[in-house]
Amino acid sequence: MAEERLKSATRILTQRGILIAFILFMVGFSVVSDRFMTPDNLQAVFRQAAIIGVMALGVTLVVICGNLDLSVGSLLSLSTVLVVDLHDKIGPISAIAVTLLAALAVGAVNGLLVGVARLNSLIVTLGMLSAIQGLTLIYTGGQNVDIQNQDTTWFAIFGRGAILGVPTQILIFVVLAVVMHVVLAHTPFGRRVYASGGNPTAAVFSGIRRGRVVLATYMISAFCTGIAAIILGSRVMGSQNNVGQGYELLVLSAVILGGTSLLGGSGSIAKTVIGVLILGFIQNGLLLLGFAYYVQWLVTWVVIILAVWLDIAAKRGRMFSPFA
Amino acid sequence: MNRTLRWLSRNPIWGFILLIFVFFSLANPFFFDLQNFENILVQTSTIGLIALGMTLVMINGNIDLSVGGIVALSASLVVDIQGWEVFAGWGDWQLVPAVAAALLAGVALGALNGLIVWWTGVDAFIVTLGAMLGIRGLVFVYTKEQSFYAANFAFSDFGSSNIGPLPTLAVVFLVCALLVHWLLSQTVHGRNTYAVGGNRQAAVNAGIRIGPHMMVNFIILGFLAALAGMTLASQMGASTPTLGQDYELWVITAVVLGGTKLTGGAGNIVGTLGGVLAIGILRNGMNLMQVPAFYVLVILGVILIAVLFLDRQLNRKGQEGYRL
Repeated sequence: MAEERLKSATRILTQRGILIAFILFMVGFSVVSDRFMTPDNLQAVFRQAAIIGVMALGVTLVVICGNLDLSVGSLLSLSTVLVVDLHDKIGPISAIAVTLLAALAVGAVNGLLVGVARLNSLIVTLGMLSAIQGLTLIYTGGQNVDIQNQDTTWFAIFGRGAILGVPTQILIFVVLAVVMHVVLAHTPFGRRVYASGGNPTAAVFSGIRRGRVVLATYMISAFCTGIAAIILGSRVMGSQNNVGQGYELLVLSAVILGGTSLLGGSGSIAKTVIGVLILGFIQNGLLLLGFAYYVQWLVTWVVIILAVWLDIAAKRGRMFSPFA
Repeated sequence: MNRTLRWLSRNPIWGFILLIFVFFSLANPFFFDLQNFENILVQTSTIGLIALGMTLVMINGNIDLSVGGIVALSASLVVDIQGWEVFAGWGDWQLVPAVAAALLAGVALGALNGLIVWWTGVDAFIVTLGAMLGIRGLVFVYTKEQSFYAANFAFSDFGSSNIGPLPTLAVVFLVCALLVHWLLSQTVHGRNTYAVGGNRQAAVNAGIRIGPHMMVNFIILGFLAALAGMTLASQMGASTPTLGQDYELWVITAVVLGGTKLTGGAGNIVGTLGGVLAIGILRNGMNLMQVPAFYVLVILGVILIAVLFLDRQLNRKGQEGYRL
């Protein structure tokens, strides 16, 4: 009886390890710093996490489907530059429309190359990362862009405004997360995504058109990055032409940290949201404790490896790797 | 003739090199020049050194995203330590502890990556993704965000010196390439490298201790990345904490262009040399023709995907066709 209870306790510990670590982090930080658990600070963390969070939602789908998307970083640069630059030229609504369409087009190229031509996703999106960064620089001519009438445009609502007292970017993140969760967990499309990632051959044999599913995941990922770019552009009201550099790996870290497997076929939106929040709270907590901003990278190093290690150790039932 | 064609179909990158070589020679009067060829060799030596080690790791079926951080750390160490007051009276001997510390750091970090992959069984992509962030954090902690300038002029002279008719850095690169080629094609370790990447389970059954084996390859890569960091620092006579950012992407691009498979088990040093040279010639030639650097990014991205596409068309007949 006692043994059984112990067993189920270990199981809960290993299955919910990342959640427990998250709670420990929160408790630890709030004990050490009295500014940590204040509504203002929590809101600040959520606001900062929203951009990486929105991107991570889309990347989660791609990863569950068994692929990688490294192009989101430079796509963020391109989309932000587009929306900011076009804002003054053709007005906010058209600028947003063009930006989202451009992002979707990039996603479609990724999706066709990976889904239909069946090329390796890491290399395809690596090539796209480089190509899109180049296109962004060509578009801007190496210049940075900004919006002229920053105080009067309603475009400010996405990054600086609030709806019913909640900052808009948090609202966008939450709504998008809920929608994506429903799509992934409660629709036939969601099941196809898991099936295509878990066992591609079996998925094809059971009549799933894998190419279409992959194409859709990449387009959703690119769309999410487009949304993130609108938030970023609206918050900063300007953009450097390499603003998204390095985001692809931060976003991927958040997805992995949440517990979505790179092998595909497992993971969830809830896990990714936790991963994003952990990254956000590590950053915020360490800054509040007075550490330099780069200390968070050291902590993230340890946390990522520990999280994934514990996860797979629980699955194989032993701590250390089976190979010699 | 037939054999040459078949070789080219397996190594399309050399056909591409021939093409751009002829193109730039005809299009620009300054390209076809011994001095310029030496320039290309020196410019490619940094990426090239890392690519040699990355080839081993990727044939193993692993990947290493943390090399950029190792480049920055070794550059900072070698430039900073030679200026320490302890070694002030040592003359040119003050370079010895500096170089030793830089190489040791590379070896130690490579060993750490390898050890984690070996013991935890976590995928190398995740382990080195964490390390990429973490090592960059280490660099910032060590340098406190400062750039360093080389105290010993012999160090910066080394970067622009010649051995006979050839630049020293090019000689260092070519010697390392020969050594790694020998290691990969003539030794037991090299044969095991292919075996582990080709079929991990079979390699275990054949009695190869794959954990220590993979660790050795990570150590070689760490050593070569540290060496690359030092050559870079000696060219500039300085180091900055952001040095080597994005190098992991350039290096992986070069290795993949050279025909090494991400899935492991296939690849060689001759191909990697081709990949590195292709990038070097493209950058140099377009620079001479005064094309902005942005276009190189786009062209490289397109070529990366095109090579992958060509490879699929030429060498993987009988696979399922395109289907949406």
